[in-house]
Amino acid sequence: MINPNPQTHYAGPALRQEVETRTLSVLVDNEPGVLARVIGLFSGRGYNIDSLTVTETEHEKHLSRITVITRGTPAVLEQIKHQLERLVPVHRVRDLTSEGVSLERELALVKVTGKGDKRIEALRMAEIFRAQVVDTSIEHFVFEVTGKPGKIETFIGLMTELGLVEVSRTGIAAIGRGAAAM
Amino acid sequence: MARTMTGAEMVIKALQDQGVEHVFGYPGGAVLPIYDELFQQDKVKHILVRQEGGALHAAEGYARSTGKVGVALVTSGPGATNAVTGLTDALMDSIPLVCITGQVPTHLIGNDAFQECDTVGITRPCTKHNWLVKNVNDLARIIHEAFYIAKAGRPGPVVIDIPKDVQFAPGNYVGPSNIAHKTYKPRVKPEVAAVRDAVELMASAKRPVFYTGGGVINSGPKASQLLRELVRLSGFPITSTLMGLGAYPASDKQWLGMLGMHGTYEANMAMHDCDVMINIGARFDDRITGRIDAFSPGSKKIHVDIDPSSINKNIQVDLPIIGDCAYVLEEMLRVWKAKAPQLDKAALKSWWKEIDAWRARKSLSYKNSSDHIMPQYACQRLYELTKDRDTYITTEVGQHQMWAAQFINFEEPNRWMTSGGLGTMGYGLPAAIGVQLAHPKSLVIDVAGDASILMNIQECSTAVQYRLPVKVFILNNEYMGMVRQWQQLLHGNRLSESYTEALPDFVKLADAYGWTGMRCDHPADLDDAISEMINTKGPVLFDCRVAKLANCFPMIPSGKAHNEMLLGENVSDEEVSKAIGKEGKVLV
Ligand SMILES: Cc1cc2nc3c(=O)[nH]c(=O)nc-3n(C[C@H](O)[C@H](O)[C@H](O)COP(=O)(O)OP(=O)(O)OC[C@H]3O[C@@H](n4cnc5c(N)ncnc54)[C@H](O)[C@@H]3O)c2cc1C
Ligand SMILES: Cc1ncc(C[n+]2csc(CCOP(=O)(O)OP(=O)(O)O)c2C)c(N)n1
Ligand SMILES: [Mg+2]
Repeated sequence: MINPNPQTHYAGPALRQEVETRTLSVLVDNEPGVLARVIGLFSGRGYNIDSLTVTETEHEKHLSRITVITRGTPAVLEQIKHQLERLVPVHRVRDLTSEGVSLERELALVKVTGKGDKRIEALRMAEIFRAQVVDTSIEHFVFEVTGKPGKIETFIGLMTELGLVEVSRTGIAAIGRGAAAM
Repeated sequence: MARTMTGAEMVIKALQDQGVEHVFGYPGGAVLPIYDELFQQDKVKHILVRQEGGALHAAEGYARSTGKVGVALVTSGPGATNAVTGLTDALMDSIPLVCITGQVPTHLIGNDAFQECDTVGITRPCTKHNWLVKNVNDLARIIHEAFYIAKAGRPGPVVIDIPKDVQFAPGNYVGPSNIAHKTYKPRVKPEVAAVRDAVELMASAKRPVFYTGGGVINSGPKASQLLRELVRLSGFPITSTLMGLGAYPASDKQWLGMLGMHGTYEANMAMHDCDVMINIGARFDDRITGRIDAFSPGSKKIHVDIDPSSINKNIQVDLPIIGDCAYVLEEMLRVWKAKAPQLDKAALKSWWKEIDAWRARKSLSYKNSSDHIMPQYACQRLYELTKDRDTYITTEVGQHQMWAAQFINFEEPNRWMTSGGLGTMGYGLPAAIGVQLAHPKSLVIDVAGDASILMNIQECSTAVQYRLPVKVFILNNEYMGMVRQWQQLLHGNRLSESYTEALPDFVKLADAYGWTGMRCDHPADLDDAISEMINTKGPVLFDCRVAKLANCFPMIPSGKAHNEMLLGENVSDEEVSKAIGKEGKVLV
């Protein structure tokens, strides 16, 4: 939701631009409440979160990395970046999308139940997608699949036809290509 | 050098080391160890308010009038929740505050313990930063860090939540350090190239205007001095937001008065028609811009702000400069003097001619009366009778606040304390108490409304306890006048709940608190009454009975552009009721 009130007289230039999707990498001090700060910023200011992942990445330095996929007009995206940078425990914010090609990966656990042909077909598909079977019985498989978010989407799409009952996804982890570090 | 002491001792020691002289607070179970330590020393003086909300606003007034960090101390649960309005107010107006809250002991957190609330959760969105201190060995460092965060960059309020067991626990105290903060390092010095471009743009201007704001005040008195120098050097007109009043002297001929919804015609027209706008420390608030797509359509905009998120938030600007006002102004002056630019004198002369024609509309004029005290007249007289004194003004929120801004002139920064961003009724009296404490010899006046003053009236008692001779000048119209004005504009004059029936007798109320009560209801008596108020030694509650139905003009109705202002003298009731269109009605 970009413009909650299209009639508003306060409509700024921000509201007339195209909406874009961006991947932001946010390096933060891993202190209590830091995730709440980031999420609260997004909800409090009406920004979108399409995906969000967070874990400690450098234990000794107490650093965590938050990867947020967000949508907005260029003006809103600029605001999001500055608002994030304003949070006290935030070290750096990088817009991976605007800085060129970034690597994005996701992991999903996909539970499929069924018997007979559908079961065989599910296993065949899993092989094509290089998904691992991590749990099984005569009635079910749990596949572990990793890759670009698009690949995961496609895999889940196919599995819906073949007895999909449950999905758990990690959300997207992203990193810039090349030798330079954040 | 580390020293062992209890958490509560550390709190007091850290406050002392930070140079804190006054703490505004209210005790309770979860802060008793800290109160016990307060009791056993006399460097930090505690000011006991009558409600925690008062402590926060008093700390705000103290901070705004001194440039120091204001400090508040409250207990857990209801103490902390009562502080929320003041924290939000300080966040909106960029006021540096440190608020210490007590918390239930660590092992009870999350158990719905007595007077427990999730203070850091509740205050996260209304503070610049907050901390829950779980380890006493982190406490001293966090307190010092808190003072740094509150004051550095764009100032704001912070909360330190300290569980009671941490207050009792022994640990290592560390003093303030000069080590750079790990993450929070706001840029204060501008990019030289950007300043050069700005000066070039300014020098080429034909219709320039300075639009300044609270950031100049935040930056400190030096910024105001530098601003004066630059404005005079350039000869350009200057206007300011409500929050920036006093940075530039109102008596100067280049001063256009306040801009915005209730600003002067000349200030708003100059903003609308300018070709170069120089924004110094203002944030393009919606009270200023009015309709955004019609805001100053033909201008190139320079925006000086210490907070990158203020840039392009509401208005797209051409030349952003990130930095502290004082540093930026200093650099601008240096470049300006070095370049000694050739200004377009002819263009500037005709620009001033246009401005003079707008000025001649006398947009602040009103119809005076010999039977009733007009509220504008009351503010004018208050100003005339106090201007030669060492005066500080605070306000509540409503029409009286706008009239005070329009009719009381300020020559110096830090003399004007008002709740701008949040618009908190009940701000003015506790803020005046904070100001008076910091400036014991000065004349401190809260220009109040009859409705607002009741929101923190209990603080009268605080003023008495600490012998603070604050004056509360109530423009009593028996209405929530600002609400009534909007109902007239937007809701067919149906005055739903905006008449304040059953107002107390303010003179008797004053008496009950041990204040002097005064009443005046005739313009002929007003001067003498105001003089009497000023000359009365202790606190005075002045019930100034003003014309009940006066409205505040000029006004840019919501959803309209700067050049669609309603001016007072030629507005009929009919025009007032039709001034805001359907779309404008959904706006605030
Ligand atoms: C009933 C009512 C009516 C009102 N009507 C009006 C009106 O008619 N006109 C009006 O002007 N206001 C009016 N206001 C106030 C309005 O709501 C805003 O509070 C005000 O306009 C904001 O002022 P500002 O832009 O100066 O910003 P502030 O809130 O003072 O913000 C300061 C800006 O400067 C920046 N800054 C802070 N410190 C520094 C520094 N050291 N160096 C550089 N930059 C810094 C900050 O990042 C911020 O962007 C009204 C309020 C009420 C309650
Ligand atoms: C805490 C709070 N509640 C409600 C409002 C909305 N409000 C703005 S002005 C106003 C009326 C103020 O009346 P009064 O103090 O008598 O001032 P007047 O406008 O009459 O001068 C109200 C209710 C507010 N600003 N703050
Ligand atoms: Mg009133």
